[in-house]
Amino acid sequence: MLLFGRLADVAGWREKIIEAASLSALRTRLAEADAGLGEALSGPSVQVAVDKTLTRGDLPLTATSEVAFLPPMSGG
Amino acid sequence: MAVILQSEPFDPGQLLGSFCAGRRETGAVASFTGLARAEDGATMTLELEAYPGFTDAAIEDMAAAAAARFDLQDLLIVHRTGPIAPGEAIVFVATAASHRRAAFEACDHLMDWLKSRAPFWKKEHGPDGARWIEPTDRDRTDAGRWDEESKP
Repeated sequence: MLLFGRLADVAGWREKIIEAASLSALRTRLAEADAGLGEALSGPSVQVAVDKTLTRGDLPLTATSEVAFLPPMSGG
Repeated sequence: MAVILQSEPFDPGQLLGSFCAGRRETGAVASFTGLARAEDGATMTLELEAYPGFTDAAIEDMAAAAAARFDLQDLLIVHRTGPIAPGEAIVFVATAASHRRAAFEACDHLMDWLKSRAPFWKKEHGPDGARWIEPTDRDRTDAGRWDEESKP
């Protein structure tokens, strides 16, 4: 999974391999490991992309799923 | 039509020359080059983060829609990523059309979208440290800077 923008600064990393069967399970695991990051990821302005497509709600994940958490985009 | 994200600096004059070359049915090419500002020393480096495969796909979708809407013959978008020093070009847009109005308007439209909606994350490194530029923060704490930046 990938973190962008300020989320990577909050976490102190940008990329990690994490085992989770669904998006909600992934969120739970991330929040358990780092409460600050969990809170940052749950903000209403943070979007989620699975395999480079924006998504909403929960979704099952596979071993090859790429999940990215995207804070508000600034434009170029 | 081409959309290029690159971390290396580019020469806008060279891009424009190549874009214009060999066109016999194009009456108008409009171009825009955006440069990184120093803002009186407040910004030492600008850092643009992209999500490869996501950012370029979003720009390509928007560029295809603009090409259809303005009946463009061709367009080129080159956008820097990574650290960018003041004075360096961040973005180059060129549009080719039969007539100038479409070329001008499409270029303007593309830049408005790129500046406000393109999926980049922007960090400013200044003398007091670094900060991420986000639309929500802009509204709350730094409306002035963003207003200034959004002027044509």
